[in-house]
Amino acid sequence: MQRPARVVVNPMTETPLAPRPSRVAALRAEFPMLSGTSRGRPIVYLDTAASAQKPRAVLEAMRQYYEGSYANIHRGVYEASERASMAYDGTRETVARFLGGVSPDEVIFLRGTTEAINLVAQAYLRPTLGEGDTVLVTEMEHHANIVAWQVAGARTVAIPITDAGEIDLEAAERMLAAGPRLLAVCHASNALGTINPIAELAAMARRHGVPVLVDGAQGAVHLPLDLPSLGVDFYCFSGHKLFGPTGAGVLWGRKALLEAMPPWQGGGDMIDRVSFERTTFAPVPQKFEAGTPDIASVIGLDSAIRWVEGLDRAAILAHEEQLLEAGKAILDGIDGVHRVGDPARNVGILTFTVDGAHAHDVASLLDQDGICVRAGHHCTQPLHRRLGLDATVRASLAPYNTVADLEALGASLRRVRETFR
Amino acid sequence: MATMDQLYQSVIIEHDRSPRNFRKLDAPTHHVEARNPLCGDEVNLELVVDAEGRITDVGFQGRGCAVSKASASMLTTAIKGKSVAEARELADQFQALLTGKGADEASLGKLKVFAGLAAYPMRVKCATMAWHALKDATGEGRGARSEG
Repeated sequence: MQRPARVVVNPMTETPLAPRPSRVAALRAEFPMLSGTSRGRPIVYLDTAASAQKPRAVLEAMRQYYEGSYANIHRGVYEASERASMAYDGTRETVARFLGGVSPDEVIFLRGTTEAINLVAQAYLRPTLGEGDTVLVTEMEHHANIVAWQVAGARTVAIPITDAGEIDLEAAERMLAAGPRLLAVCHASNALGTINPIAELAAMARRHGVPVLVDGAQGAVHLPLDLPSLGVDFYCFSGHKLFGPTGAGVLWGRKALLEAMPPWQGGGDMIDRVSFERTTFAPVPQKFEAGTPDIASVIGLDSAIRWVEGLDRAAILAHEEQLLEAGKAILDGIDGVHRVGDPARNVGILTFTVDGAHAHDVASLLDQDGICVRAGHHCTQPLHRRLGLDATVRASLAPYNTVADLEALGASLRRVRETFR
Repeated sequence: MATMDQLYQSVIIEHDRSPRNFRKLDAPTHHVEARNPLCGDEVNLELVVDAEGRITDVGFQGRGCAVSKASASMLTTAIKGKSVAEARELADQFQALLTGKGADEASLGKLKVFAGLAAYPMRVKCATMAWHALKDATGEGRGARSEG
């Protein structure tokens, strides 16, 4: 069960206080990678939006499975298989709780967000897709939330964003009225950090009878989730961005929708009765999990979610907010460095350009100082075209980052400016 | 082994600022557009090859990182006046240099400076893009209307 949050409140303002430096140090000590080096320098990891580092608890859970109770699931009656099956299926309950109290039967394990979107595109949209049908996305979507719909045969139409990097809600209302088959939108932008007003968009979509899929790859990491009240139909996220291993992610869908969808892959574990003439399928969620899944990663995901639940969420949010403000001030203080987008609510992503230097060159020079950032279009080419940019540099934040990480970024960027002056 | 900083300071920045032969040719006999979809870099390479198979003019345009631009710039000065066969051999040597496959360094001249990039496999493709374009542009059956 969820541990009560250890919220530290400032008695004067009643706002939560950021964790003390010693607490951040203790949290960092849980991540073996963070005590390592990169190019011979102490690692400064600012690429959590691409993938998060893993706490020891996650690594340990996976090691214990492989060393102590390794077996396939749902097939053996012996002890190890029983333990593996219980751990795997138990993760559904952990995820269901993490999503705000949904039914575990609505939780499908897949490789990650990309595969989850593709499942919905192929099994929900494609079978009923008509000529000229559209999927409404936004200009800030990740390629996964654009291309999967196109592969399924739909045309994608994008809701415009403002220069600050926020969805134009008036345009959204107008475009929902045009009758798209689905609204597919990110909870938070991987390139700008923008936290989108999902509940508001979902209410708007419902008035127009449009179902909603939310790409939670970034949102699930930073935002408290309450799917029963969010009003959406599908939500997906990746375990590896949530401090879990690669290879395990989640699609949540409303049960009635999942039940009406045909299977998308056939194989073992997803059937009811098989014959050469006719096969009937297992109920959801097994219907969508053909073959042996990534059991170890699902077990690791369980541990990752429990680790996140054990955090003092309020203090973490306050810490991340402090980091974000410090990062903005550091970047704004360097001549020739320009932040891209400035959403009012941001999950902790700082995207920027450097005058006279291409993003890849900036990232390579930062790398010399052990600083790990992402450079390029971050799988958001349409967004970059909208912003009139070829490539940007992205620093993304996590609870284990410190103001010192951002100061190191700032110092290194000043050297980049010297090199390119 | 040169660090990335040294590599940038020794040659890349200079070519990034003032790339050689960064222009569109009036009447190219060969051209190819190369793109790296992963990072969005683009290079458009144009050649004039005479009847004897000698490269009499070369120009490039495009956008991308300093490494790709510097490499393309140095390619143009290295291959001008060479035969197509010699230029293609140089491309092979350059590729070998960056992938640590034992290049004939004497033949590479100034291009040897890129050897340090071999330690950064993620950036090697930035430097080799223009050279791949050269091989594409001059490959079998390639003529005036070739496209990459």
